[in-house]
Amino acid sequence: MEYFLHLTILIGIYIPLALSLNLVVGYTGLLSITHAAFYGIGAYAVAILMTVYGWSFFLAILMGIILASVVGGLLGLVLSHFKDDYYALVSFGFNIIIYSIFLNWESLTRGSLGIPGIDRPSFFGLELSDNWSFLILTIVGASLIYLISLSITKSSFGRVLKGIREDERALSIFGYNTKLFKLTIFIITAGMAGLAGGLFATYITFIDPSTFGLNESIFILAIIILGGMASLKGSVVGAIFLILLPEILRFVGFPTEIAAQMRQVVYGLLLVLLMLYRPQGLVGEYKI
Amino acid sequence: MIKTENIKKSFGGVKAVDGLTISFPEGKIIGVIGPNGSGKSTLVNLLTGFTPYDSGLVKVGEHTVLKKIKAFDISSFGITRTFQDVRLFEQMLVMDNILIAITSRHVFGSLFEKHKKYHLDIAEQVLKKVDLWEKKDELAHNLSYGQRKLLEIGRVLAMDLGEENGLHTIFFDEPFAGLFQEMRKIVSKIIKELRDRGKTVIIIEHNMEIIRELCDYVFVLDSGKLLAEGKVDEVLSKKEVMEAYLGE
Repeated sequence: MEYFLHLTILIGIYIPLALSLNLVVGYTGLLSITHAAFYGIGAYAVAILMTVYGWSFFLAILMGIILASVVGGLLGLVLSHFKDDYYALVSFGFNIIIYSIFLNWESLTRGSLGIPGIDRPSFFGLELSDNWSFLILTIVGASLIYLISLSITKSSFGRVLKGIREDERALSIFGYNTKLFKLTIFIITAGMAGLAGGLFATYITFIDPSTFGLNESIFILAIIILGGMASLKGSVVGAIFLILLPEILRFVGFPTEIAAQMRQVVYGLLLVLLMLYRPQGLVGEYKI
Repeated sequence: MIKTENIKKSFGGVKAVDGLTISFPEGKIIGVIGPNGSGKSTLVNLLTGFTPYDSGLVKVGEHTVLKKIKAFDISSFGITRTFQDVRLFEQMLVMDNILIAITSRHVFGSLFEKHKKYHLDIAEQVLKKVDLWEKKDELAHNLSYGQRKLLEIGRVLAMDLGEENGLHTIFFDEPFAGLFQEMRKIVSKIIKELRDRGKTVIIIEHNMEIIRELCDYVFVLDSGKLLAEGKVDEVLSKKEVMEAYLGE
């Protein structure tokens, strides 16, 4: 049961991550491979503020969201000068830079040693030390992000995002300053990823840089491609699927020495099959 | 009123627009004609901020003088355009292709805005006019070529109805190319109606029959320069215009 609970919480942390990336990649058509960086900024902000400065969880996660958004805004400004492949490459590079900062700014982040002993969240003296109560917090967080995403995609703003994906130049003719729209969605989604980071840090109670590298960004990207681009439900389905998949493979009975590699092979194979037979993802509509 | 003063644009060594000084008369249907490569589409791209001009000025209205035009600014002057190669928002519904031309342009305004009955009423009116009401819930991607052209024109009409002051000047880049007779009738009716409501309509067109039927005034370009301008019959009977077209 404890194991099932653990997986559900992980899914609850990955859903906001996937939703936030989907708003950028699926809806707006910006191939950003840097979301793990914002996830990491949220996680490190919460970890450092809580362990070193003794902030409460609530204030720390709020700061984590703000910090991730600010960095997202700065990066968004730089990225607004790039398009298509170059956009992907620059965002890719940014993830590496942030990862290197986590790894090398040892006086702040303790480098590869990571930050242990992060407290579980507590509200008004009530500590969410058991996993059931943490699950409730995760569900609240994921639902909140889902509702915000839903409201964005149903608004006129959401329609403009799709317009940018389809033909940014033609859209500008209607009087849309598309750069501002792209920057805004980048800031909002960086904050969402920051929230997921804060949840992760206080759930695992230990973080180190390896969680927030390129692999993680690509994993989140795989979730939304698999679940469905430009589909909020797709982000949820994708997160459930890709978190559970390795666990299912655990029971298939690969010998332990090749189990990890087999997982990677299965991921790759799934993505290839999906691109061939269902390019819109499991429940998506938009075709890449 | 849009005026250009000696605007120039070169691509590499080719002078696409070579020192054009023209003034588009208001409230008329104006044809821009000329052989292939004479600079017609480039001129529209320069005036709508799609391509920056190398030198010269563009005047919009009485007081606005522009050394540089940004594409997203032109709608604030009441100007819009269509594209020769029809640029729709492909993987969006026909309805959304229209709504996007009406809803809020502001980042925060749009974030908290959902389309209302007011927007839907305009969209319905426009889609019925271009005969696409039945297709409103289909992806633009699935429309036929003619329907695509009509949807693009529908976006222009929606923009006109949605803006407080309406549009002032509309550039149509080959609106009739590849259309069947029935659809041509719809488009030419729309263009005439726009003119009758006081809009300046500028069309790039190759078909002389259409030019004669629709246009009140015409500019002839050749190698990026102005070859002739004036009333259609007068201009089309000029010897140098015939030569530019027939290559004699």
